[in-house]
Amino acid sequence: MKIDLEFTLNGKNVSIETEPGKRLLDLLRKDFKLTGTKEGCSIGECGACTILLDKLAVNSCLILAGQINGSDIITIEGINEADVLHTLQQKFLEHGAVQCGFCTPGMIISAYALLLEKPDPSYEDILNALEGNLCRCTGYKQIISAVQDSAKEMMQD
Amino acid sequence: MKKEFSVVGKPVIRQDGIEKVTGKSKFADDLVFPDMLFGVMIRTDHTHAIVKSVDYSKLDTNKFVIVNADDIPGSKKVGAIVKDQPVFCNEKIVTPGDVVAMLVGEDLNELRKAAKSVKVNCEELPVLSDPLKALDENAMLIHPELGSNKIVHYPLRKGDVDKGFGESEYILEEEYSTPLIEHAYIEPECVTAFIEPNGGIKIIGSIQNPHTTRRVVASVLNYPLAKVRVVQAELGGSFGGKDDTMNILSARAAVAALKTGSPVKIKYGREESILESYKRHPYFMKYKVGFNSDGKIKAMKIDITADGGAYASLSPYVTWRSVVQATGPYEIENVHTDVTAVYTNNPYTGAMRGFGSPQPIFAQESIMDEIAIRLNKTPVEIRKINGFKSGSFTASGHKLRDHDVNLFSVLERASDESDFEAKWNENQNGKSFDLFKRFAEKSIFSSEELLVKDDEFCDENIWKNGIGLALSFRGCSLGAEGIDAAAAYFSLQTDGSAYLLSGLAENGQGLRTTFSIIAAEELGISVNDIYYLEQDTGIIADSGPTVASRSTLMGGGAVKNAAEQVRKRLEIIFREKFNLDEKEEIKFANHVVSDYLGKVKIPFKKLVTLASSKGVGLSSVGWYKGPDVYWEEKTGQGEAYFTYAYGCQVAEIKVNIITGEVYIDKITAVHDAGKIINLLGAEGQVYGGVTQGAGYGLWETVDKVEGKIRDLNFDQYLIPTCKDVGDIKPIFIEGEEKYGPWGAKSLGEPTLELGAAAIANAVRNAVGQRHRNLPINLEELILSRKLSPEDLKRGSAV
Repeated sequence: MKIDLEFTLNGKNVSIETEPGKRLLDLLRKDFKLTGTKEGCSIGECGACTILLDKLAVNSCLILAGQINGSDIITIEGINEADVLHTLQQKFLEHGAVQCGFCTPGMIISAYALLLEKPDPSYEDILNALEGNLCRCTGYKQIISAVQDSAKEMMQD
Repeated sequence: MKKEFSVVGKPVIRQDGIEKVTGKSKFADDLVFPDMLFGVMIRTDHTHAIVKSVDYSKLDTNKFVIVNADDIPGSKKVGAIVKDQPVFCNEKIVTPGDVVAMLVGEDLNELRKAAKSVKVNCEELPVLSDPLKALDENAMLIHPELGSNKIVHYPLRKGDVDKGFGESEYILEEEYSTPLIEHAYIEPECVTAFIEPNGGIKIIGSIQNPHTTRRVVASVLNYPLAKVRVVQAELGGSFGGKDDTMNILSARAAVAALKTGSPVKIKYGREESILESYKRHPYFMKYKVGFNSDGKIKAMKIDITADGGAYASLSPYVTWRSVVQATGPYEIENVHTDVTAVYTNNPYTGAMRGFGSPQPIFAQESIMDEIAIRLNKTPVEIRKINGFKSGSFTASGHKLRDHDVNLFSVLERASDESDFEAKWNENQNGKSFDLFKRFAEKSIFSSEELLVKDDEFCDENIWKNGIGLALSFRGCSLGAEGIDAAAAYFSLQTDGSAYLLSGLAENGQGLRTTFSIIAAEELGISVNDIYYLEQDTGIIADSGPTVASRSTLMGGGAVKNAAEQVRKRLEIIFREKFNLDEKEEIKFANHVVSDYLGKVKIPFKKLVTLASSKGVGLSSVGWYKGPDVYWEEKTGQGEAYFTYAYGCQVAEIKVNIITGEVYIDKITAVHDAGKIINLLGAEGQVYGGVTQGAGYGLWETVDKVEGKIRDLNFDQYLIPTCKDVGDIKPIFIEGEEKYGPWGAKSLGEPTLELGAAAIANAVRNAVGQRHRNLPINLEELILSRKLSPEDLKRGSAV
């Protein structure tokens, strides 16, 4: 059985006919070819598949297509304007917060969701926002400072 | 004259960074090919069994293609050192990850269901899971054709230990163990193989060492090396872990691509990744030390057994590093070390960041503190009495010279920076441990004394502070493991931009950036002028594996050599143009070429155009070969590595003596990695390595029952999150070194190898009790033993 879905994806209205039981992760990666969202564990532990669903950071491996009709979805491909990096992306680079880069999209989306909710987050807020995103390369320190610096800069803008 | 650097040592944004933060980077599973099929593995439920038959009767053979050992035209078994690992196990299962055959088809979900319909009929064999029983006379042989479960044994003999113990006032004997642990790269394995238009086979995947993979695939297909081309997709972490496993997956995909004529992708989920991939060796270590009241160690006897699991993989190299370094950075007159790696039915073990060093460092640094405590000295004092200085001899008889032996510098800096001795003494002397002792000494179920009064539950009673340090020396690069050389390709374009590629691979560590910095520095251009090419065995020479913290040293050396060749050609043109003689030094900086005093100058681009118009070749292949090293197998003596790196880490922790939780407040990491080329990258290595070391010290362990892994995903296998480690302070001491680009040596692994040992010493300092078995998790701390599950059920252990 298939269902028709309409939702907003990275600011554009899209529609697709698909199986309701398909994981949102597969819908994004395979049907919409948005491969920036990664699969690391498939059970909602690693956060590599984090996307923004109605302004909340969620693991797209745990969301099914049937749940997203009418919602607003943003992936890593949708947070910056063409040729201009989002502040978070720029700060991740400046702080050396990227190594292998596999966790990076999920990590940036979690930080993006945090700054939407709390533009001036405390250190604790940042840890709470990122604790669901595993990174094996960086030891997190440069990621945390990139998020702190982003918040500071975005507050000034 | 000290060189002034324009790019080296400055913070530089990653070469591949923009693609990674925008989600545009293509990792192996992001690549799709027309008519692509998938391969799914068929396994058994057994740990050790003879395969009697495979029943495919319920399989729809119109839909799925079976690929097994019969389809392999060349070597059916592979392995870096011992060819003991079948690509498909059609005869025998020796560990649960073993694959009997592979199903190939269009739809991954259907394939997974279909794989379950295949029945493998087996005759079970007894399971050998205890490595300490592997060499017993009646032990089951894992590979009977090899005649023994011994993978390798390395002796090291220096002086006369019996004499040394005879001359010692004190003798201390301790036993230590370390767990099986998982690399836990966040990207699981993935590879695609397809036939190229020229008849060759092309492999593209999450591959750490493309040239090694090529060698394995060529041997399995019985192809010449040049007919196999291996390309690295963007790699989502490796830490030594995407070598053997990826070689075998690539071989399977290649065999399937040849059989079906279509591209075949193999993509693992996390469970399959943890199930089949190799891991870090558990070590069982006996240390006996003789020392005198002045603190001088007279003799050390070490006996180490490493669990190699079902296949040899790199066990012979991993344990070789252990035998060279097992006494730590201490000059000891009499040493007797034996390191043995054995086969068991456990998951196999091989290369992982650290590579045979985190285990002995944990033991050796623990016992150093025990000696200090017994002699009423501090950990710093005992290490200064015994530590390497310039001219010291290592256990393998290698006289340390020709580089800054910065052991004391890293130790003193780490100690000063953390106010180590004052804190250590205060924790060691000033505290009472009544509550903890009551728990530790009494049985919980039998004593009413264990009831804690309200007023005893205060932070001061519950949280105990501890500080501990660990110190190491580490041989740089491969040492006497094998040939140590690397290549780089540098091609300057007529507009001043350039292509760069080295035979060592970007595994996330930032090698593209480091190498671009080196080339940019050499030619006075900017990192942004350099375009780093795709890793492809078809276009760059085999440079050995990307391992052993050798990239900056060896690959960097090759890049510098390549850029230097082009620079020298440009210098000739510059001299001609301005009539300068050969002795005149020429400066390349900020896109300008000038004589040393800047009297004559020309923009870099103009000089390039000029050289090009004169027919000067602007491309070069650089090569860098390490100096020769030497090893005498029978005695374990020789100049094992051509240089060494030194490091010291201090861990400041607090222990909750009610729950056993250890919280890391701060780790100060001081490393002499020689010249720092890529500052942001170097700091990133420290943060990442320290955090992995913390995981090793406190949480990580792959629990298994009869060889079967229990912790198959991140719900049970716990790696550190952003909340688990407090401050980390990286400090670099840049010792003089004659090898490598401007004297850069090794950093990646030194950052990882010290953490667990420093934490263990800090725990000892906090609670007055030595924990000899990693990880120091809650039960280890409170009960001094592990609560290993007896079944494979998921969820909390009962």
